[in-house]
Amino acid sequence: MSQWLVWVLSLALFLLVLAMACTLARLLKGPSAQDRVLALDCMYLNGMLAMLVLGILYSSSMYFEAALLIALFGCVSSTAMAKFLLRGEVIE
Amino acid sequence: MNEVPLPLWAEVLIAALVLGGATIALLGSLGLLRLKSYFERVHAPSIIATMGCWLIMWATFVFFTATGQGLALHALLIAVFIAVTVPITTIFLMRAALFRARRAGRDVPPSVSRIVPNEPQHEAPEETPKN
Repeated sequence: MSQWLVWVLSLALFLLVLAMACTLARLLKGPSAQDRVLALDCMYLNGMLAMLVLGILYSSSMYFEAALLIALFGCVSSTAMAKFLLRGEVIE
Repeated sequence: MNEVPLPLWAEVLIAALVLGGATIALLGSLGLLRLKSYFERVHAPSIIATMGCWLIMWATFVFFTATGQGLALHALLIAVFIAVTVPITTIFLMRAALFRARRAGRDVPPSVSRIVPNEPQHEAPEETPKN
């Protein structure tokens, strides 16, 4: 892997961290509860993309499995929190 | 980082795909931060789940196919999984937001569900948790 590709991947990681900072700001100041849940879901997606970019940068497939787990838990937790907002409890 | 040499077209393709995906992720998150109401904000992260996720997934696919042996089809798994699960979460969140906005008496469209015909009329008994 050449040196400029390492720089480009680092720049992409920086952009993803900036995106996570935006979602963190929405998570902290969101006026309602569903705003916070939406921001957390978006932050899960950004973290998963950062994991994929790290896997390319270090050329390791371990990061891919971490990204798969993050996607799985993000989906499950966001669905559970949305169900809680909708019904007042998760499992009826 | 590693010793496996990549061909130049693969490097250019990976750089373009990863930069495009990261830029789209930043755009979606910025939209989440800057848009005014919740029902506008709920549209913004879906561009990450579609375009950003697919671009970075194709970059992973190109990288692991160019360095490894054979097709790296396991990278497709994560994009298919995201494409299946993210609409479910978004629909749940929008239903929850509509439900809470109707509860609060805001100006949102009425419920079209026939199971709960008149939702605002029995809001007092549903306030208590059923346990």
